[in-house]
Amino acid sequence: MSTSSRRLAGLLVAIVVIGVLVGLYIALYLTSSPGSASAAATRTSAGTVQLYMATVAAAEPNDPHPTWVSYYVVDSGSRHWQHATTFELPANTLVHVTVYQYDGQSGLRNPFISQATGIVAGSFTLNGKPMQTIDPDAASHIFAIPQIGVSVPLYGIPDDAKNPCDNAPCNLSQDHATVSFTFRTPGEGLYRWQCFVPCAAGFIDGFGGPMQTIGYMDGYIKVV
Amino acid sequence: MKEPNHFRRVVLWWLVACLIATPLVVFVLGPTLPPGNGSEQASGQVVDNTVLLGLSTPIALAVIVYFAYALIAFRDRDPSEVRDGPGIRGHAAAQSWWIGVTTVIVLFLAVYGSVRMLDGGSGGGQGPNPIAKPAGANLGSTLQVQVIAQQWRFTFRYPSYGGVETNTLYLPAHRLVELHVTSLDVIHSFWAYQLGVKADANPGVDNVAYVETKQPLTFDVRCAELCGVWHGYMFDSGRVVTQAQFVSWIAQRRVQYAPVQKSLPPYSKSYYPDPQRRAG
Repeated sequence: MSTSSRRLAGLLVAIVVIGVLVGLYIALYLTSSPGSASAAATRTSAGTVQLYMATVAAAEPNDPHPTWVSYYVVDSGSRHWQHATTFELPANTLVHVTVYQYDGQSGLRNPFISQATGIVAGSFTLNGKPMQTIDPDAASHIFAIPQIGVSVPLYGIPDDAKNPCDNAPCNLSQDHATVSFTFRTPGEGLYRWQCFVPCAAGFIDGFGGPMQTIGYMDGYIKVV
Repeated sequence: MKEPNHFRRVVLWWLVACLIATPLVVFVLGPTLPPGNGSEQASGQVVDNTVLLGLSTPIALAVIVYFAYALIAFRDRDPSEVRDGPGIRGHAAAQSWWIGVTTVIVLFLAVYGSVRMLDGGSGGGQGPNPIAKPAGANLGSTLQVQVIAQQWRFTFRYPSYGGVETNTLYLPAHRLVELHVTSLDVIHSFWAYQLGVKADANPGVDNVAYVETKQPLTFDVRCAELCGVWHGYMFDSGRVVTQAQFVSWIAQRRVQYAPVQKSLPPYSKSYYPDPQRRAG
């Protein structure tokens, strides 16, 4: 084989190898999805699913970011707290969500999202009381799945709360608000959810840290 | 053997290639170029893209034809001797042509672009005091719609309908719309692709863009400015509907969002939300 032929063969091999690597990268990118917590979502006898969540002012002391505000999922049976923000839910199913809201009030930059949207009957319950909106200044967080129009404001505990929870895990004897609502999952797919309150203490305008890091104030819903 | 006139050959090949390719590009490919014909502004952008592509076709062909000709005509079949051609310096005619042609092209594009931009703004954001208003912008029939961006969604306010704010963007067909784009937090960019509208959303700034809708259609709304972790998910779809459908839709939204209406700030060209209590 001549020198030029060997060079040509080498070039072709290099092109094929690079092509395969690029194809592999694209395939892995398109097919990868984050791990999820499904234990907190339990099917009820009525064919619906119950999802328990909690929001806390700060994650557990042994968390990589123990001062960051965060969502948690809570196992309905054991009350075990799990630091996961990707939930696996069945498609085309009613999901009852209960959020134990332990964090304080931050206020909304856009008062429009103080009204709940995209949920069954257009209303949620706050400590058992049906509501459509809350005082925008009293909002602590938002639970929103923008792709399907779900958005629910979460009322914050007052600044003068007597027994606030500083770090996760919290318990029901501590000051909290209980917010419940129901939404219907769409078809199979990966949907992002997020908080719309810039609630990251210590960051400029509250937009950094836990607001920009998946696993704290945002995540995915894997509908299967 | 007498050396052929390579320049004449290349020019001849180039002319033939241009005569075939340029009409194809302009008349066949041109009408399919983005962003389509969803609005007058989008249609204008299709024309602009066609002009640019039509102009660049002969330039690209010149490079390709010369490259192909050089590969064929100047191929050295005896690689044992590495040779280079003589340096060409001080060729006044070639230099003059080069400078003249490129100057004409650049100046034409500058004038063409400026004229097109001044013809109604071409769907781009013009800041708070637009100078390139479409015909009819001052006749009072313009529909004002405010686009409010925040991490990571758009909402929309209709000041002529009680300042109602909505999750989705609906526009009436065959209507001049004055979009006022602003942001509540960081810099975003409102991009209604099929309508040919793109305007930066800056906090505290009223960025005005005009669009003249045509037939009913569904269009994509995206953020075109990297704005944080969920920038890639900051998309939605909007609709251009008939005037009757629009009136019905806006009436329904006023009922739906009545509970939150009292909490909204008075309509303003921009908003300065109070710093959050836990902002750093």
